[in-house]
Amino acid sequence: MKVLICISNVPDTTTKIRFNADNTAFDTAGIQWIINPWDELALTRALELKETTGDTIEKITVVAVGLKDAEPTLRKALAIGADDAVRIDAEPKDAFFVAEQLAQVAKDYDIILCGIEASDYNGSAVGGMLSEFLNIPSVSSVSKLNIENGDVKVNREIDGGSETLSTEVPFVAIVQKGIALEPRIPSMRGIMMARKKPLNVLPAVETEALTEFVSYELPPAKSACKIVDTENVKELVDLLHNEAKVI
Amino acid sequence: MSVLVYTENWDGKFKKLNFEQVSYASEIAKNINTSVVVVSIGNVEETELKKLGDYGAEKVISINEIKLNKLDNQAYTKVISQVAEKEKTTILVFANNYTGKAVAPRVSVKLKAGLVSGVTALPSNYEPFTVRKKVFTGKAFADVVIKSPVKGLTLAQNSFGLIETENKAQIEKFVPELSDEDFRTNVEDVKKITGKVLLNDAEIVVSGGRGMKGPENWGPLEELADVLGAAIACSRPVADEEWRPHEEHVGQTGKIIAPNLYFALGISGAIQHLGGVSSSKYIVAINKDNDAPIFEAADYGIIGDVHKILPELISAVKEMKAAEN
Ligand SMILES: Cc1cc2nc3c(=O)[nH]c(=O)nc-3n(C[C@H](O)[C@H](O)[C@H](O)COP(=O)(O)OP(=O)(O)OC[C@H]3O[C@@H](n4cnc5c(N)ncnc54)[C@H](O)[C@@H]3O)c2cc1C
Ligand SMILES: Cc1cc2nc3c(=O)[nH]c(=O)nc-3n(C[C@H](O)[C@H](O)[C@H](O)COP(=O)(O)OP(=O)(O)OC[C@H]3O[C@@H](n4cnc5c(N)ncnc54)[C@H](O)[C@@H]3O)c2cc1C
Repeated sequence: MKVLICISNVPDTTTKIRFNADNTAFDTAGIQWIINPWDELALTRALELKETTGDTIEKITVVAVGLKDAEPTLRKALAIGADDAVRIDAEPKDAFFVAEQLAQVAKDYDIILCGIEASDYNGSAVGGMLSEFLNIPSVSSVSKLNIENGDVKVNREIDGGSETLSTEVPFVAIVQKGIALEPRIPSMRGIMMARKKPLNVLPAVETEALTEFVSYELPPAKSACKIVDTENVKELVDLLHNEAKVI
Repeated sequence: MSVLVYTENWDGKFKKLNFEQVSYASEIAKNINTSVVVVSIGNVEETELKKLGDYGAEKVISINEIKLNKLDNQAYTKVISQVAEKEKTTILVFANNYTGKAVAPRVSVKLKAGLVSGVTALPSNYEPFTVRKKVFTGKAFADVVIKSPVKGLTLAQNSFGLIETENKAQIEKFVPELSDEDFRTNVEDVKKITGKVLLNDAEIVVSGGRGMKGPENWGPLEELADVLGAAIACSRPVADEEWRPHEEHVGQTGKIIAPNLYFALGISGAIQHLGGVSSSKYIVAINKDNDAPIFEAADYGIIGDVHKILPELISAVKEMKAAEN
């Protein structure tokens, strides 16, 4: 089986968010870019499966829709252990646009992994959209992925529990917490090897975005925290009951 | 035209979030002079379906087929899209929960509808259609325009509220066109946690961090949750250390919640933690370090030893509750 991991190139999660002067675009100056945390865990799980299921997995590819500045992130994925990388050369305009771009590569894979959410635009959309473009099954909020005797088994989280499913391949797994415990860190050898691994650039297909982010706003500064004296815990309960009216 | 809402059910019952979706859709429908249609999939009794009318649903389309008892994203997409086409829907409203996130993106492609997820307010404009959502894991808001004729939204839980109306819903049965080809996933086993307040539904959440010191100290925290009817949460290291089960972990890499009240007990307030709880209406912090970043996010705070404060807090809540009755 061939496995594809869709990689979103996102600002480091501790980034202080700023926008340009008229608040119409995210200010990327000085930003450290990383593999979206879910995508990094998805890649980790794919590598674990490749190592533990004999010859079942023949290839692990990573793909990103992005401009040249997304390449260091793809190189990092290669250093972690992916066999090859593809960059689809386009500015990611919206989830619909990104999913349609990804479809041209994903159609040749058996297991396609996406994260449940990109930590920048928080769309939770690309994986589901991609599966519909390809007209193949999808399972969302996947917390476990296993291959047993060539059959794919997944766990998905539901409200107040979890389910175990089997699915036909090809399919898209939209993964979240639990899929792998800790992301793998590239080794020195991995970094060296990554330089020689193929990173192919494909032209974008002609398509349109259906949404547009027109402006941004930082949340209003929070009013100062009311500190209640340790000797007077009862006052906290009074405030919550009578002022905030939440208990 | 219509605004179409997909309402999930849990063992035949709706939750507050469904009524919130319908209330939200009704406000939109009023603004664009159309009506709200709800699609419900599963075995839901008529009395329950009728409740949706109280929040403005004019028509409830009920689909009850055994094959659809378990969620198959592809099959559900087909069903919801068929209803949308039949009802000439221009706006679809999903919940921003597991099922909404699983199905809405697929429906969006099928209907070529631009999708915005985690919407937090009514459209600020209808021409062009503009909605607000959170981005960068709660660190900012964005206004997003949907350019396509058909539009899809998932509504962030607990962001809108309920609006009751005098309206009565008309119930309609519908049999979708489905073939065996539409079912390519198979649910083999279900594990449910019962008897607890679910984190995503809870109005109040009591959460413990590393400052709780060890799993043996969770007794008082559980008692506080119990007297408040609250759900229990924790920070990531607490789940990683297996002091508490993983489903209680909140934050950027755990659950994202928006209760009315969030108690952060012995939690420092790291940015990744706040990413999951910053939409709470009120945050209470109890921490011995007055420099802990949690106090910047909190509305009320006590600086001190949580182990000493918790028992006093529990008795103060009990006293307040007793005085109420
Ligand atoms: C300069 C710039 C301008 C932008 N303007 C807009 C805009 O106007 N409107 C808008 O909607 N978005 C805009 N974006 C965001 C960008 O298009 C997003 O990548 C896209 O919207 C998907 O984000 P999402 O939050 O929906 O992803 P999600 O659906 O949350 O992502 C889920 C998963 O999909 C996969 N994925 C997501 N993005 C990619 C990708 N690019 N390549 C490969 N896999 C991916 C990953 O596996 C990820 O974990 C802009 C981005 C940039 C850099
Ligand atoms: C990519 C990434 C994703 C992450 N995702 C998440 C996430 O989803 N959720 C999450 O929670 N974290 C997440 N983290 C971890 C996060 O950065 C913090 O490390 C974590 O939130 C800290 O947990 P804590 O507040 O329980 O512990 P600590 O930071 O150790 O804080 C303990 C607090 O307890 C206080 N304290 C100690 N003793 C007492 C006492 N007796 N009485 C009162 N107060 C006391 C201390 O003053 C301190 O403020 C993530 C990190 C990364 C890098």
